[in-house]
Amino acid sequence: MKELVYLPDVVTLELCESTCNGCGMCVKVCPHEVFELSGKKAHIINRDYCMECGACALNCQVKAISVKSGVGCAAGIISGILSNSEPTCGCSQSNSTCC
Amino acid sequence: MRTNFIHGSIQNNGLAVPLVTDRLEIKDYLGSFMVRWGINRGNYMVNTGLFAIGNPDSSSDVFVSANYKLSFDSLRKNLAGINGWILVLDTKGVNVWCAAGKGTFGTKELVRQIKNVSLDKIVIHRRIIVPQLGATGVAAHIVKEETGFNVHYGPVRADDINDFIAAGYRATKEMRKITFKFSERGKLIPNDFVYGKFYLFGALAVVFLLSLIGKHDFPGYSLNDGFKAMFNIFLGYCSGVVVTPAILPFIPFRRFAVKGFITGIVLSIILLFLNLTGENLLENISWFLLLSAISSFLAMNFTGSSTYTSLSGVKKEMKTAVPLQIIFAAAGIILMILGKIF
Repeated sequence: MKELVYLPDVVTLELCESTCNGCGMCVKVCPHEVFELSGKKAHIINRDYCMECGACALNCQVKAISVKSGVGCAAGIISGILSNSEPTCGCSQSNSTCC
Repeated sequence: MRTNFIHGSIQNNGLAVPLVTDRLEIKDYLGSFMVRWGINRGNYMVNTGLFAIGNPDSSSDVFVSANYKLSFDSLRKNLAGINGWILVLDTKGVNVWCAAGKGTFGTKELVRQIKNVSLDKIVIHRRIIVPQLGATGVAAHIVKEETGFNVHYGPVRADDINDFIAAGYRATKEMRKITFKFSERGKLIPNDFVYGKFYLFGALAVVFLLSLIGKHDFPGYSLNDGFKAMFNIFLGYCSGVVVTPAILPFIPFRRFAVKGFITGIVLSIILLFLNLTGENLLENISWFLLLSAISSFLAMNFTGSSTYTSLSGVKKEMKTAVPLQIIFAAAGIILMILGKIF
């Protein structure tokens, strides 16, 4: 099947390779094969596949990864603008859904 | 709370742990069918805490899940033949991935549940299996620090659990990768279809009233015109929430708003050839504008259901798409009114 890729050159993902301790956790948690481990360091190999879920940054013990994570959801962004807050999807309220 | 899947209990450390079956019954299938259509979706929950499946002992694996029954059912079904423990977190009835994004399926709740059920007394090993998509909310190293338990991220899909265990708690590349196949997109369509129903009813009412403008033969011809307009709007809705998601990878361009715009234009062309778009040029143009705007807007909202769109990307596409959608819709309504008057 055709690989689904979103917009190029937009994501906020950053990896500081000199800080990386090569634990490989980012490779394990990323659902889009963004990282690869080689030479005891992680490398970003598919940057545009990143969906900014934040799993890698959260599970990086040495804080080598930063990403402005959030919901890639238009309805969430609209409700965030309307309520003047961060974009959220309505999953927690009863009867409403988004993701 | 639903409990039809609990078939007895097993004693452990003087505690009665509910024993769940790995078999899904008609009631479970019916329940998941209904939540897919948005029925009772906000309240489709199971109890939190510890459950047993098979005949687990102190060396059995611990699987972490959410208290959304769809997530829980998917896990227990795939644990057929395995003796294990299931630790259910309180995610307010939301699936693992979404809850992880919100932080309810998170480090704090996992640590709390591990301590709450005294997991260290239930099992002798220090290994818990957390669904990979839960990693968005769980920091494995902090769970280790606070409880002593090692988080092993399992596969993305519960179907791969058996292979994951057989491979020595290792997920292959394929197991780690999220997909967005036709069948997966298809499951999301009914809920999206139902979700926007009030907006749909509102839009139907508006075009019905608009189509009465400038007509003096009420109710005869103008009613017919009104129903035609409502039919068009309904198809525009379907173009955005059904057709675009269904054939998503096959529509050119990456932006969802553009994909929806294209399906909306295709729909307009079909309606034009079927003679359903109106009686004059202005009305024809107004339908192209309206339908493409509606389809584009609704398709853009499918970014929230997709498994690969980023916040930065959606913001970027909305910046240009939303103003255009508003202009198209407004121009569409104005032209329709003008087309009726002249």
